[in-house]
Amino acid sequence: MTDIVTFVNYLGCIMRNERSTEEIALGIRRRVFEHAIRNNGGYLSQACSAAEQLAWLYNEELDLGAATLPMVPRPFAGVPALGNDAYHTGAGYNGPAEPEFDRLFIAPAHYALAAYATLIEVGRMAPEGLEMFNKDGSSVEMIGAEHSPGMEVHNGTLGIGLSTAAGLAWGRKRRGEPGRTWVFMSDGEVQEGQTWEAIAAAAHHRIDNLYAIMDVNRQQCDGAMSSVMDVGDIKAKIEQFGGVAVRVDAHKLDRIREAVKTPHRGKPLIILANSSPFRGMPSLQLRFPGLHYVRFKSEEERSRMNKEIARSLRVDPVAYEGAH
Amino acid sequence: MVDLVNRPYARAFEAYATQYPDEILCLSADLTSSCEIDGFRDRHPEQFLSLGMAEQNMMSFAGGLGLAGYRPFVHTFGVFMYRRPYDQLMASIAYPRRKVRLMGFLPGVTTPGGMTHQSIEDISVMRSIPNMTILECGDATEVESICEAADSIDGPVWCRVLRGSVPRLFDSPIKVGEIRVLSEGADVLVVTSGICTEEAMRARAAFAKAGLSIRHLHLHTIKPFDASALLDHIQSVTHGVVTLENHVTEGGIGSLAAEVMADAGVGKRLMRLGLRDTYAHGGSRPYLMRYYGLDALALVQGIERLLGEEFDITEDDLDAVRVDDVHSLVKAEAL
Repeated sequence: MTDIVTFVNYLGCIMRNERSTEEIALGIRRRVFEHAIRNNGGYLSQACSAAEQLAWLYNEELDLGAATLPMVPRPFAGVPALGNDAYHTGAGYNGPAEPEFDRLFIAPAHYALAAYATLIEVGRMAPEGLEMFNKDGSSVEMIGAEHSPGMEVHNGTLGIGLSTAAGLAWGRKRRGEPGRTWVFMSDGEVQEGQTWEAIAAAAHHRIDNLYAIMDVNRQQCDGAMSSVMDVGDIKAKIEQFGGVAVRVDAHKLDRIREAVKTPHRGKPLIILANSSPFRGMPSLQLRFPGLHYVRFKSEEERSRMNKEIARSLRVDPVAYEGAH
Repeated sequence: MVDLVNRPYARAFEAYATQYPDEILCLSADLTSSCEIDGFRDRHPEQFLSLGMAEQNMMSFAGGLGLAGYRPFVHTFGVFMYRRPYDQLMASIAYPRRKVRLMGFLPGVTTPGGMTHQSIEDISVMRSIPNMTILECGDATEVESICEAADSIDGPVWCRVLRGSVPRLFDSPIKVGEIRVLSEGADVLVVTSGICTEEAMRARAAFAKAGLSIRHLHLHTIKPFDASALLDHIQSVTHGVVTLENHVTEGGIGSLAAEVMADAGVGKRLMRLGLRDTYAHGGSRPYLMRYYGLDALALVQGIERLLGEEFDITEDDLDAVRVDDVHSLVKAEAL
């Protein structure tokens, strides 16, 4: 068994070294861009802000086994229910839930498009998976469900991810499992009181195998967080609640790599990744503050964004039906 | 006079949970002695998790523990476990079928705490949650067996638990899914649950003397529910059905009986007794049960209305009301 684990880890290392994290981040943006143009809109800005974070997690930081689910996702197979024995979550795309491996929750489930693009870029899902996005009968849902690729729990109601991860992490620590529990978070979630309950609980119970990286893009559904309900100094608040927080530039990988080494004995570590919601697609600035879900308002805008963003991402414009 | 058992949950939980030191965890939200797990906390700290007055986090945290393979027993007042953290209950526990045992204390009017402390619609809520199992204790024997019963369920379980001084009415443990048949009369079917069962037992003898034979069923398992067994009992009485519950009449066992009868096209009358589309306020249990019509006398009047017949049963004809000593040490605390 140990040999197999070692071998799987070895394969994982090879996979991680295949492409640079920068390349993978660019690939995430390109895939999400192409998808959004084809579908006349999508969660574009999340790819801009989070691409490096997701690429870094999957390509470098997380210790994951090989994917256990088919490269082309299976269709929706029912919800958890007595008798639905074939049910499984999408966690198998992150590898098996073995004691030595890390786990990852995507807490803001609307980042699913960017998360699926990441799975493709790191070779855990086939590109065909993205073609199933938001199609009836598909498990590749628009708001990531627990049966969607790479997901293990429902996080669509923002604020519950960190608590669930804290419970999982505490339980794993109690059993002496070396694997860490990671959460990819969004800054909008700090408006939810549950986030602060989770940090206090994690600090009180010394859950230091709990890690989070938060995409601090300062945007939420209604617009800029400062205009919707300002949350103040997130770092100071986390520290007051007993966690360890480190601010980094979300687009500088070396800063993120350093941040994760921050000592946090007895406390959860939360990396605050200050990001730009336009990163890599400067044309999106024209859409501020309506960045949460970018739906093109006219064929003219779609066509212009197609050309401009393609140029920014150094790809050809997407050939979509009706393009001119 | 019925036997009273002092703090049956405290002993039963400790005896059960300590059999599974690596699987069962005891979670509490700042109501540890109020839920009779203070002794467990002191003697088994390695199995105890204090999560403070932060129920939203506690529910998702418990879901995470379930994902990690544990079977958490969550302890607080029932009302605090579903009203505020309903979303967490749904997304983190019910949907993924985590083996979380939700031990809800102070069901219905068993607390003087008033609206904020009285879970009067929890059964209605839980019945409509897919994957949820619902158990309710009616006596000390059921309190003593609820941990094992709940822990036998492959999924989440909502339990209405009684604390303090609890009467012993039954001599056999909860068998999940079974209905207790307490009397096999042929005139009227009375279906009760929780603390209302003791009330119905007080009324039964008086009806027997007055010449009315009552078939009395006690429900400890409310979901899943075997409709066919209830239908057999309904078919075996001449007149209709009366339900009495420590809960609003919408969505509880009265609604359950109504659904079973309507689904099967049973043309008998149904009288649903309980809190009638109202909140309760703070007061003693006997006072609240009288005021809101949840006690033996309310059942007598309900049966009379159902039959359109007076039986001249007065309060004196009912078995004595059990009066708790308000100064007794067995009371956990004021609330």
